[in-house]
Amino acid sequence: MNNKIKKLIPQILTILFVVLIFGFFTMNAQVNMDNRGIDFGFGFLKQEASFDMQFTLLDYDGQDSYAWAYVVALLNTLLVSFLGIIFCTILGVIIGVARLSQNFLIKNSAAWYVEFFRNIPLLLQIFFWYYAALRALPLPETAEPWFGVTYMTIKGYYIPSMIWENLNVFLSCLIAAIVSIIFIRIYARKLQEREGKQLPVFYISIGLLIILPMLSFLIGGVKLDFELPVLKQLAQTSFIFEGGIALPPELIALVVALSLYTSTFVAECVRAGIQGISKGQKEAAASVGLNPNQILKLVIMPQALRIIIPPTTNQYLNLTKNSSLAAAIAYPDLVLVFAGTALMQTGKAIEIVGITMLTYLTISLSIAALMNWYNKRIEIKEK
Amino acid sequence: MFKHLKQLTSLVAMIAVMFAFTTEAMAKKSKTLKNTQKKGFVRCGVSQGLPGFSNADASGNWTGIDVDVCRAVAAAVLGDANKVKFTPLSAKERFTALTSGEIDILSRNTTWTLSRDADIGLTFVGVNFYDGQGFMVRKSSGITSTSQFKDGISACTNIGTTTELNMRDFFNSKGIKYEPVAFEKADEVVAAYDAGRCDTYTTDKSGLAAQRTKMKNPNEHIVLPETISKEPLGPVVRQGDAVWEDIVRWSLNTMIEAEEYGITSANADSMKTSDNPAIKRLVGAEGEMGAAFGLDNEWNLRIIKQVGNYGESYKRNIADTGILPDRGPNQLWTKGGILYVPPAR
Repeated sequence: MNNKIKKLIPQILTILFVVLIFGFFTMNAQVNMDNRGIDFGFGFLKQEASFDMQFTLLDYDGQDSYAWAYVVALLNTLLVSFLGIIFCTILGVIIGVARLSQNFLIKNSAAWYVEFFRNIPLLLQIFFWYYAALRALPLPETAEPWFGVTYMTIKGYYIPSMIWENLNVFLSCLIAAIVSIIFIRIYARKLQEREGKQLPVFYISIGLLIILPMLSFLIGGVKLDFELPVLKQLAQTSFIFEGGIALPPELIALVVALSLYTSTFVAECVRAGIQGISKGQKEAAASVGLNPNQILKLVIMPQALRIIIPPTTNQYLNLTKNSSLAAAIAYPDLVLVFAGTALMQTGKAIEIVGITMLTYLTISLSIAALMNWYNKRIEIKEK
Repeated sequence: MFKHLKQLTSLVAMIAVMFAFTTEAMAKKSKTLKNTQKKGFVRCGVSQGLPGFSNADASGNWTGIDVDVCRAVAAAVLGDANKVKFTPLSAKERFTALTSGEIDILSRNTTWTLSRDADIGLTFVGVNFYDGQGFMVRKSSGITSTSQFKDGISACTNIGTTTELNMRDFFNSKGIKYEPVAFEKADEVVAAYDAGRCDTYTTDKSGLAAQRTKMKNPNEHIVLPETISKEPLGPVVRQGDAVWEDIVRWSLNTMIEAEEYGITSANADSMKTSDNPAIKRLVGAEGEMGAAFGLDNEWNLRIIKQVGNYGESYKRNIADTGILPDRGPNQLWTKGGILYVPPAR
């Protein structure tokens, strides 16, 4: 009994301490806000935002509310994080494997890449890609086409946009292909467990993915046209491309910088994962007659992934949070638009910073939950 | 037992807090003034570098007409115009820095608007520069008027400014589709415009004139004649300290009125024996003009002697540096401008 109380007292004191600190902060904020005549409330979210955004995924106009501006800015943040995570994973895996290559040149270039990009502060890299690399790009009127129809200019990357006819038919074909692939995989696994036969699942999947959408073009009446960017003159020396899709240079610089920077950390996670598997595993797999492909797929990777996933999750979280550096180069993300412009126009500092913090927390926790779920799925199942 | 103890402590705490507030409210002297005098310097928020308004040289000395307002306050309350701690702030940071108490005066080419004055816990004390928003373009573009703007034009500017809102109003009213590119820092805006990212750069006209001097080749750029908004720029203080507000307001007014009466840093001392009582009041030789603020009687004399009158400040910072040699509306009302301040009496 006595022992129990002894254990409880520090815990109660800690809770009391935390509650008191929060209470003090709240009271302090309230008193100061009262003194300065600042109201607390979220009513401003319904007001007209009355500022424009450079780049949005959904329709947005200055007449929309602050709440809508928040959603649109949040999507911009998610877009950068999503693109960044994909590119940094692809690059990271390639570089990580390259560091383990037997080839002297490949091994050392990969090592140099990692040491170079991870040891320069990210903000500097963003500035480099935006200001230095951007300045080297041509103006729209002097830009040479890339791949014939796209233009990389100082004002952005212009690509053709797609104009679909019967897009829904095409999409249903694509979904049908994916669903059938899932079924075939399940069937193939059962077949192997029952009869030991192996189906060429990979080739079947690729075939389905190509053939079904192709059919939608041939029979389904799906048509695809491209709208090409066309040069337009604004003034004597001022040009712009019209039509097609314009990817702003801010987005490109940010994705490039985030991907390159984070890929170095991912590469190290991948290297650690592969090196963490003892040589004996590979030799044992070879001795039971698996070919090198099967060794990698069935023996090495499943074990390596367990080492790779948790630290890589951290890198994904870092990338997402680092995307807030967008504010430095005018990419309209959550921090620039909502915690920047909207905060300035409304003066609701506490509310807006609170919402922004909660948003990043939610994004981070969601990514962590997703990766934890994946980690659970691939971890050793005790039988 | 514990329950009662808790109630008792919270009661005691509440009484203590209430007592603290009543005594504070009763004190005549401004809390900000008291803190400033205790610290020995005025905490002043300025821009991150806008020539003519607030700009630091290589050795860290701040100059500009916005800087001079803070120096005037320092001269008035501390007796030394150099006792100022300058905090460079971006447009986005400035109001939070002031309301959170990090600085006591915000003198950073800030536009006085209704919502800023009423909503966000700020009080504007006056206008030290009458400005309006304009556009800068490259000379080579051949554009000489905003009427030549076309759909697809990209405009670089700062976030968190009235500029961002005016720009939308302007382009919408003309029915022009535009691409806003908004940066957090002024230097970044200039760098992006200079690199060719944007077709036009828009901000207050004084800002355009000042930033032009920073560009690679200033002669390649022109400011278009149109002015699309009213931008009265002036110093700002926190709401809730009326005495401090008055000190800053009348420090600025003193500079402007001193010019009106021809009192300069050079002749201020000799003006003490002037025949004109208005002049004598401005140099602390008549009346008790400092008592209401909790200051001595020569506070205004120190401002004029150490910082100079408004005209001197304008000439030193804006005219002689070639930014805007013509004073335009920022001329005294007696000389055809709109500078008109209430009398110090």
